[in-house]
Amino acid sequence: MSKKVSISINGFPVEISAGKTILEAAEEQGITIPTLCHHKDLCVAGNCRVCVVEVAGQNRLSAACATPCEEGMEILTNSLKVRNSRKQIIELLLAEHNADCTKCYRNGNCELQTLASEYKIMTQDFIELVPLKHVSIDSYSPSIIKDDSKCIRCQRCVRTCAGLQGVNALTVAHKGDKMKITTFFEKAMRDVVCTNCGQCVNHCPTGALVEKNYIEEVWEAIANPNKHVVVQTAPAVRVGLGEELGLKPGKSVTGKMVAALKRLGFDSVLDTDFTADLTIIEEGTELLTRLKKVLVDKDESVSLPMATSCSPGWIKYIEHMFPEHLKNLSTCKSPQQMFGALVKTYYANARNIKPEDIVSVSIMPCTAKKYEAFRPEMHDSGYRDVDYVLTTRELAILIKQAGLDFNKLEPAKYDRLMGESSGAAVIFGATGGVMEAALRTAYEIVTGREVPFENLNITPVRGSDGIREATIKIENPVEEWAFLDGVELKCAIAHGLINAKSVMESVRAGTADYHFIEFMACPGGCLGGGGQPIPTNPEIRQKRAEAIYAEDEGLPIRKSHENHEIKKLYKDFLKEPLGEVSHHLLHTKYTQRERY
Amino acid sequence: MATSNQLKRVDFIFRNENDWEKILSSTLKRKPQELINELISSELKGRGGAGFPTGLKWKLTAESKEKEKYVICNADEGEPGTFKDREILSRVPYKVLTAMAICGYITGAKRGFIYLRGEYKFLLPELNKVIDEFDYYCQETNLDFKISIFMGSGAYICGEETALMESMEGKRGEPRNKPPFPTQAGFMGKPTVINNVETLVHTFTIFKYGAKKFYDLGVQYSRGTKLFSVSGDTPKPGIYELELGMSLQDFVYEFGDGDTKAVQVGGASGFLVPRKKFKDAAIGFKGKLTGISLPTGGSMMLFNSSRSMFNVLDNYLEFFREESCGQCTPCRVGCQQLLLGIKAVKRGEKPASYLDKLLRLTETMQYTAKCGLGQSVANSFSSIVENFREEMIY
Ligand SMILES: Cc1cc2nc3c(=O)[nH]c(=O)nc-3n(C[C@H](O)[C@H](O)[C@H](O)COP(=O)(O)O)c2cc1C
Ligand code: SF4
Ligand code: SF4
Ligand code: SF4
Ligand code: SF4
Ligand code: FES
Repeated sequence: MSKKVSISINGFPVEISAGKTILEAAEEQGITIPTLCHHKDLCVAGNCRVCVVEVAGQNRLSAACATPCEEGMEILTNSLKVRNSRKQIIELLLAEHNADCTKCYRNGNCELQTLASEYKIMTQDFIELVPLKHVSIDSYSPSIIKDDSKCIRCQRCVRTCAGLQGVNALTVAHKGDKMKITTFFEKAMRDVVCTNCGQCVNHCPTGALVEKNYIEEVWEAIANPNKHVVVQTAPAVRVGLGEELGLKPGKSVTGKMVAALKRLGFDSVLDTDFTADLTIIEEGTELLTRLKKVLVDKDESVSLPMATSCSPGWIKYIEHMFPEHLKNLSTCKSPQQMFGALVKTYYANARNIKPEDIVSVSIMPCTAKKYEAFRPEMHDSGYRDVDYVLTTRELAILIKQAGLDFNKLEPAKYDRLMGESSGAAVIFGATGGVMEAALRTAYEIVTGREVPFENLNITPVRGSDGIREATIKIENPVEEWAFLDGVELKCAIAHGLINAKSVMESVRAGTADYHFIEFMACPGGCLGGGGQPIPTNPEIRQKRAEAIYAEDEGLPIRKSHENHEIKKLYKDFLKEPLGEVSHHLLHTKYTQRERY
Repeated sequence: MATSNQLKRVDFIFRNENDWEKILSSTLKRKPQELINELISSELKGRGGAGFPTGLKWKLTAESKEKEKYVICNADEGEPGTFKDREILSRVPYKVLTAMAICGYITGAKRGFIYLRGEYKFLLPELNKVIDEFDYYCQETNLDFKISIFMGSGAYICGEETALMESMEGKRGEPRNKPPFPTQAGFMGKPTVINNVETLVHTFTIFKYGAKKFYDLGVQYSRGTKLFSVSGDTPKPGIYELELGMSLQDFVYEFGDGDTKAVQVGGASGFLVPRKKFKDAAIGFKGKLTGISLPTGGSMMLFNSSRSMFNVLDNYLEFFREESCGQCTPCRVGCQQLLLGIKAVKRGEKPASYLDKLLRLTETMQYTAKCGLGQSVANSFSSIVENFREEMIY
């Protein structure tokens, strides 16, 4: 039992666990106190001041988000003094704000707009400050647009980039009226250590940081009769999309999403999950090969631990921050890029379509995937492997623009040839999912038996702790892998780059004896990706994770190597994992980058 | 508030007393609790602006069970026109070091820092010499206390105690949320006593001469003496140590040029007092109604009839607009609005009634700004606008 304190909120006495803030206490009582700089993922800033409340006996108001409840406090959340102050603060924010809502990407889902609307700020008495400011829009990055004229300086992005991601690409510069959010030496986002993870976008309350959208480009491709437009959907999109379309978090909408994509006019609706399964085969084989080279051949040119490579935010991070460890990365491309490379080769061939006539679109929970598609390495098909990357949010915009009543759609099935997937692929969307999927397959390759966990659920790798570890002992392997008998395969999982950083620091220090590490740039894995619906917070991530694991359990095939289409792909085209064709299309190289 | 009848000049602070070793060793022989009681009974309040009782501050820090604690001397002295802390550090630095060591002894802190204003770099050679001497003494006497200097970066806001600590920790100088207060979680999250240079020197006086000597000076709620930096339209600008509780009338008789129109007590974040209120105003803490709270840097600026109060306010607001750290809405945007607002009224672009909207804005700033800077803009703004409204308009 935690200690309780007695307080009163708006005249009603309540008991609150000691240490809770006034904001948390009010929330428990069903009272919403408006906030802007507060976010459940982030440390407290207390700088916007819209959450001020009155505490009896104090002349000054207190920031509810930053003030712990103390015994006997009498709190008023809506007194006249509070209201007047709060209203004036909103007015001040608007005076500093380029409030052209109708032309704003966040119109309709903006915390400042909501607040202004709630408080009915109908006039502007204060002096307009925007024209006095040099308005700068940074749109050089393929992933993110930063518009300072929409910034309320809440520093949520700064705290996200530093606290969740450990990247520190964004900082506060200058003071007073010139204070602003910027990058190292005020360079463009494209030119700094930014990983394009989009967590800052997801945590920004306004339109100051948004994804670069490719909505018009995709509509144009769809409308072009000479183009065959293929779309792939990432695992995490199906458990997020519903939130943008009026459903509660935690609903998987795979079938409806496929139906919607077909109605939008895509020529073929396929699944990134297919190449997630493919990734498992390639990456699993790569891991076992590396283990053999290290343990049997004593090949010192091969590095362990092997790190996963399917999160492009993580890739750019390690390229900047731990370039000496690029050799630890699996050479596998991300599922998106494997898919892209296959669409314009294998698929084009099989469907008898000229690759130059294919437009390859992907729907991702991620903004880093936009950047990834731009990388010069990602042209192995001879064309740009993925032409346009849309986030979950952008897909919702397409659906709304097309006037589809999403909830009335009859669920549909993915098209064939690169549309089939296993449950192992679905869980790619959650932190620990790649690890679990890889173990389901690798263990079986090595021992000929299923992983020794009830119902294939490798629960030790699941959960939301930032860094998790698991060990699986290999017993009675088949002859080819006899050297692994008795080996304890040590695995680690890190999500959120701040956690990736601490794992990598121990790798660098030589204190980590892992064989295999899964890294995901975003908290919670892709289901908490920067391109997912806003808001994303711990409870919502939890709900999405539950939906993902439920989807896995509901699928007839739960292991990547049992995916029929994958088997067919190897038989008809790739021949063998890590073979020559794979090597050319599915694997890649990394680039050392500067820190500044 | 009771006032003393005439201005009493005192000489404690700069009195050259080369007996710090003796004072230190005899004080360290006394029990911490006894020393705290002595300090509390002196009723010394902080000279850095907020006027927090110094004895209580040390007591709270002493009571904390944490092992690591710190003592910080705030020598950021950023208020324009004040340089009393500089004078103290160049004339009687050993008093400051002695006081810090005593504070360390009482609270259990083993490390002390002097946060020195960037512009005072020229003090470094001398100061370092004194610190070296002090270090040597500590080693000789087995006193486990080490003082070092931390150079400030020139931002006014870094004088605010929590911004100062952020900046010492290598972060951007932005004030923190309070609570927790530095006595609970200060520098590096550890209990910290932070005091103004002058406050520390007063503790030296108290430990040397006893609390009574200090307490007997000044008036109720405002005991002891204070350094004032007198500037503006005065024939004798400079630094003066005066007893607290004096009336502004007496002050103006002494320092005015015969044509004093108003006095700004406490610099930009203080109050402007017009001539008609000199009689009612006393300099000290906790001024009720007519009393005036003691200024941050002890700045007293006199204005004669040739001065435009609009220009005075305009200057202050420029200062705040630039020196606000910019993190919180009411202060960052509020300061800009106040500055542009009075200009707009002056130019006739906004009606005179707009001043009332701005007055309400300063009220909001006072209630909601995160730190003392934004909270105190209302002081000069409302005291100038209310007393010299016509000068704002015409
Ligand atoms: C904007 C701002 C600037 C300040 N600057 C100084 C300063 O330069 N020197 C100082 O001693 N206190 C300054 N203070 C007050 C400190 O925050 C703090 O109250 C003081 O150092 C405590 O010491 P004291 O109790 O001895 O007064 C400032 C406060 C604010 C809000
Ligand atoms: S950020 Fe919000 S308030 Fe600002 S223009 Fe966009 S929608 Fe409107
Ligand atoms: S995209 Fe990610 S790395 Fe880049 S600035 Fe935003 S949070 Fe930081
Ligand atoms: S960019 Fe967004 S998150 Fe960052 S400070 Fe501005 S409004 Fe806040
Ligand atoms: S009141 Fe001003 S100086 Fe203080 S925290 Fe807010 S913006 Fe910064
Ligand atoms: S939400 Fe509390 S100050 Fe911003």
